[in-house]
Amino acid sequence: MTEWFKGINDALLDFYWPNAFWLDIVGMSAMMLLFIVVLLLMIAFMLLFDRKVWAAVMLRRGPNVVGPYGLLQSFADLLKFVFKEVVIPSGANKGVFLLAPLVSTTLALGAWAVVPVADRWVFADINVGVLYIFAISSLGVYGIIMGGWASNSKYPFLGSLRSAAQMVSYEVSIGFVVITVLLTAGSLNLSKIVDAQAGGMHHWYLFSHLLPMAVVFFISALAETNRPPFDLPEAESELVAGFMVEYSSTPYLLFMLSEYVAIVLMCAMMTIMFLGGWHAPIEVAPFTWVPGVLWFIIKIWVIFFLFAMVKAIVPRYRYDQLMRIGWKFFLPISMFWVVATAGYLIAFDKLPG
Amino acid sequence: MQFLRTIFMIDFLRGFWLGLKYLVRPKPTLNYPFEKGALSPRFRGEHALRRYANGEERCIACKLCEAICPAQAITIEAEPRDDGSRRTTRYDIDMTKCIYCGFCQEACPVDAIVEGPNFEFATESREELFYDKDKLLANGDRWEREIAKNLELDAPYR
Repeated sequence: MTEWFKGINDALLDFYWPNAFWLDIVGMSAMMLLFIVVLLLMIAFMLLFDRKVWAAVMLRRGPNVVGPYGLLQSFADLLKFVFKEVVIPSGANKGVFLLAPLVSTTLALGAWAVVPVADRWVFADINVGVLYIFAISSLGVYGIIMGGWASNSKYPFLGSLRSAAQMVSYEVSIGFVVITVLLTAGSLNLSKIVDAQAGGMHHWYLFSHLLPMAVVFFISALAETNRPPFDLPEAESELVAGFMVEYSSTPYLLFMLSEYVAIVLMCAMMTIMFLGGWHAPIEVAPFTWVPGVLWFIIKIWVIFFLFAMVKAIVPRYRYDQLMRIGWKFFLPISMFWVVATAGYLIAFDKLPG
Repeated sequence: MQFLRTIFMIDFLRGFWLGLKYLVRPKPTLNYPFEKGALSPRFRGEHALRRYANGEERCIACKLCEAICPAQAITIEAEPRDDGSRRTTRYDIDMTKCIYCGFCQEACPVDAIVEGPNFEFATESREELFYDKDKLLANGDRWEREIAKNLELDAPYR
């Protein structure tokens, strides 16, 4: 029997080594595909959850017709979007118009390459993971600007202009928040940031001197992902649907999808930087049995619930208020906190590494 | 004070708490095709022509309903029947004209034309809403029990 296994093993290795390069590419691609499918499935249900929460706060029932409790609503929406006609405005720049949603979606999905969903479960464990994520999510604004400009229409253009200003402003304060986190963790590697919070809830950065930064990050993430109350780029009462006015069918679906992928990414970043990533909240027996990826997903859902609640209870900000909060409130606070954190870490000799 | 409220986001947290309370509150929405709200006995829905218990139609072609109808939706033609009684040969209601005011049932001396409790009679074509005598009598046979119940409940107030 062992001989037989050894024979099989040798045969497999003989096949593997000469073709290692290609086989690795195929294996990696399969894993990425699996990851994207799982992620999109989760997002399908998050979309429904979002609408359900929103409806419940308004004392409505929300979608409840397709499937039990409306669970299949997102898939019905998907089919509907896909089977509709793609309308391209006659004055639009056709290439850029169709490229814009693709850019948005690709970038939003691309950022997930460095997100560790569990211990060593990450596609690219690069040392500048945080920088990579913010580089990619800043690029996301290009999709919106391209979409707004290529539509050759006033409302989309106004929407994309607002979006550009908004994203750039809040990127700055998010950057400073990240600096405080990485000062405390001593690394730009997302896995190491998570590992620095190992050992139970009281080690999480949420319950440390970084609590105010967690709040600033949360609100900035709302603005960064164009979520209400900062959904000015698509403010329906002012701009119809902002940069998405002229979009229909699958391109619209892709914009919608990229928006939600970005939101879940921000939930994941929040989880990684402040909620201890895949670590259990209490490091004792029944909690440690739960696999890390499950903790990660649970934490993402909790943060997403906050996103959904904020959408339900907060009215939209005016444009000048948005800018005021970004530049006159968050920026000074987060800058001050960078200095304060650095001072605190040096004064109490808590510098990592 | 205002500064502290802003810094600690007191207003936001209170709003959040209120939102959570509303989140778990029972929903007033009726799951319509499966759940329906209560209807008053006076509800004015789809029209019906009633019959007496022996099967004789009530309508005596007095044309009071036709006269009072503000939308002029009712058309009646009458002739003496073979046994000498006065009956309609034609009783049409254009349901697309009708405004459901209920004057016809108020005017009727014999409780023949009534507006029943049925409000789910949407059709796919306009022609289907031109009701004739057969349709109205069929409605009356179909809804008689509910109509009689409603008339009985409403009787003390008339």
